[in-house]
Amino acid sequence: MRNAFANAFYDLAKHDRRICLVVADITAAAGVASFQKESPERFINVGVAEQIMVGMCAGLALRGYVPFAYTIATFTIYRPFEQVRLDCAYQNLPVKLVGVGGGVNYSTLGSTHHAQEDVALMSAIPHMTVLAPCDPAEAAAVTKASMTVPGPVYLRLGKAGEPDLTSAAPEPFQFGKVRRIRAGTDVCFLTYGPITKMACDLAARLEKEKSLSTAVVSVHSLKPLDEAGIRALLAQFKTVVVLEEHAPCGGLGPQVKALAWDSGVRCKLRTYALKDEFLHVYGSHGDLLKAHGLDPAVIFQEVADLAR
Amino acid sequence: MANLPFDAAAVRARCQRYRRRILDISQTVGALHIAPSFSCLELVATTYFGLMNRTGDAATEDTFVLSKGHGSPAQYVVLEELGVIPSAWLENFCKPGYPLATHPDYGTPGIAASTGSLGHGLGLAVGMAYADKLDGKQRDIFVVMSDGELQEGSVWEALMVAPSFGITRLVALVDLNDFQSLGQTSKTLPNFYPMLDKLRAFGWEAAEVDGHNPQAIHDAVKARSGTKPFVLLGRTTKGKGVSYMENVPIWHYRAPNAEEYQIAIREVEGCRP
Repeated sequence: MRNAFANAFYDLAKHDRRICLVVADITAAAGVASFQKESPERFINVGVAEQIMVGMCAGLALRGYVPFAYTIATFTIYRPFEQVRLDCAYQNLPVKLVGVGGGVNYSTLGSTHHAQEDVALMSAIPHMTVLAPCDPAEAAAVTKASMTVPGPVYLRLGKAGEPDLTSAAPEPFQFGKVRRIRAGTDVCFLTYGPITKMACDLAARLEKEKSLSTAVVSVHSLKPLDEAGIRALLAQFKTVVVLEEHAPCGGLGPQVKALAWDSGVRCKLRTYALKDEFLHVYGSHGDLLKAHGLDPAVIFQEVADLAR
Repeated sequence: MANLPFDAAAVRARCQRYRRRILDISQTVGALHIAPSFSCLELVATTYFGLMNRTGDAATEDTFVLSKGHGSPAQYVVLEELGVIPSAWLENFCKPGYPLATHPDYGTPGIAASTGSLGHGLGLAVGMAYADKLDGKQRDIFVVMSDGELQEGSVWEALMVAPSFGITRLVALVDLNDFQSLGQTSKTLPNFYPMLDKLRAFGWEAAEVDGHNPQAIHDAVKARSGTKPFVLLGRTTKGKGVSYMENVPIWHYRAPNAEEYQIAIREVEGCRP
């Protein structure tokens, strides 16, 4: 996903000299490396200093530039939270805040590097748009589409090596709209970010082993949320499952439950999220998700039982 | 205008009128930051009337950022005189339906950035200055800061970054009134001083003057080499001009009652500009 972002960024920045990249001692390879070589004056490394990274972005935007801030998600938005809120959002400036490794992607680095409540925090800020693509192609599409947003954007990326999940999607990417990336009629997974891979695997197993036709829907825009699209899915499916790599508070799950209540639908609705805990568990990304209760074997059984 | 000879007496006369105007406004609101406005008034007025290139053209004119946003009355009275904001706005300070409040808002005429939380203005200005450098624009950015504000870590990130990026057209003016909410700045954090050496060590050109002396402020800023960002420490008195307010912390955020107002007006008018 990092490289897909980097290459999309390169394409954008090549044709638009208002675009610049401000990093805090963390950068991307691929297109960003080429950009740095070709346009060194628009590649700004402030060092390990995230407050000035975001503050400078806002200053550049006040002068008509379209800056992207880029580092690990926790450092993009937590350390300089007030610069995000006041310099970027209060002034409603077109700053793209790119966070790598949203969720517990940095699974051996501990909670210092886990952005597990980022969607909640960013969604709570007025003017902020929150985007979380599910695979490299969607990361590229969302990066390009973010240029149409007049205010600040938080772009939550995975890390590297995410598989393609969307090239065979039954629906095309439409910015801001929920998108079916796997067709199905019995069960519907609503999800976003790299954990979408787990939803796709679960859908395939549910179909094969339980004969449950299972759709997977990528919700790449958490704010604004495609409420009409989600209402339609809640009305259409008997069983809806939200799977997210985010704290239980303030993510997609509570919003879908609220929409379900407001629209009076009668579907079965189950939400899965990270625990409201700082875990002291280290291992693979999958190990961390499992420790947070996002165990594919458990979810498979629970959803199969729910949809029976 | 920046090329005309500097008229320090005119700036002093202006500051006398501004003090009176701010006292008048204080009688229409429950509270306002009189003392921190009075301490930075000469720094603000000298910047506008002696240092800034004010062409009226947004693409070329110099930029002013009041990073100590709570000193907004000091900027608003200047903007009123320049005709940038109407008097009715000042007369309805902090009232519903009018845009002027305790802290400057981006989008209000004459306000280049929203401030009010300390430690943001200099970083924003570094971004603006970097953009101007990219664009080859020949213009300066002036940032008025408070001394308490320099305790924010974000300020030191900006101080570190600006000279490292070769930014030169940036002037910070620090209102060194030696007061913050809970007491004297120099007693709160004694090791914060001497400040001048710290700023120079970060790669800035720096000077210290009497921050109530327009000629001294003007001359020190004009004498900068232009090869580094520049910071001027202006030694000031919080509440300058009103004896009972000077260096008395309660006046950080308090409006005088009718009797106190009369005393203040007499003192401000009695002092020769």
